[in-house]
Amino acid sequence: MINLSDFLIVSAGLFCVGLYVILTKRNAIQVLIGIEMMLNAAILNLVAFGKYDRLYNGGQIFALFAIVLAAATTAVALAIILNVYKKYKTIDPDQIHELKD
Amino acid sequence: MTMVKALFYLLGFMTLASALFVAASKNLVRSVFMFFVTLLSLAGLYVLALADFVAITQVVIYVGGILVLMLFAFMLSGKETLSNIQQQNSRFISVSHLPVLLLAVLFFIVLINILFKADINNLQWTNKAASYKLDVRPDSQMTSNIGTNLMTTYLLPFEAISILLMMALVGAAHLSRKEKKA
Repeated sequence: MINLSDFLIVSAGLFCVGLYVILTKRNAIQVLIGIEMMLNAAILNLVAFGKYDRLYNGGQIFALFAIVLAAATTAVALAIILNVYKKYKTIDPDQIHELKD
Repeated sequence: MTMVKALFYLLGFMTLASALFVAASKNLVRSVFMFFVTLLSLAGLYVLALADFVAITQVVIYVGGILVLMLFAFMLSGKETLSNIQQQNSRFISVSHLPVLLLAVLFFIVLINILFKADINNLQWTNKAASYKLDVRPDSQMTSNIGTNLMTTYLLPFEAISILLMMALVGAAHLSRKEKKA
């Protein structure tokens, strides 16, 4: 069978790529993609450990909760991004430096 | 057995390679579509971790919902900004990304180090679960068990998350409605 550490190594790699994407990209949507990658790395960990819990399925159920939370986060974040674009005509996080009305 | 292993390595490689492509790509549309590949191969990895219900949920919610939402936002946020950003990025690897690269690689090394220090394949509770035959087997039916647990053991988190989801949806609808002239 596949070892637990194999899953965790893939997940660690995905997390670090997500970190790189968040810190380098100059587009709010791509930053959001980086956040989703890090979330997916965490979900992969939950699922991999959830294999050892057949009675209560803790890992898998909390992976489901995390997926639903990620969907909610993305919906709100994209609404905010569209509003920001309407106001500033750009979605570069570096160029949005005045937050008051 | 070896077939499963080979499939795991293939899917893991696809996940990491497409994620790296997302990180390296200068074309925004291409990076969104490569993220699609990342999510699908992650769903394959969930199947290999014997969590088929989570894999289906991943495909339905992430690939069907979130990615389409992202493409919409991406197309609604205008063409001129896109061409602008592409011009800024058109140099090859810029020096300002080097510290970030260093940070990511060092963080990866730290994580791998923790993994091997913790001796993850011989954890006490996983060994115990395996010896009592409490781990998920390829022939065990998990979906009905997940449904039962969701309605009994995890009822409170389930309700909390449903309220939170409703709040998020109302908030998103409120944020994206047309502003009235006050």
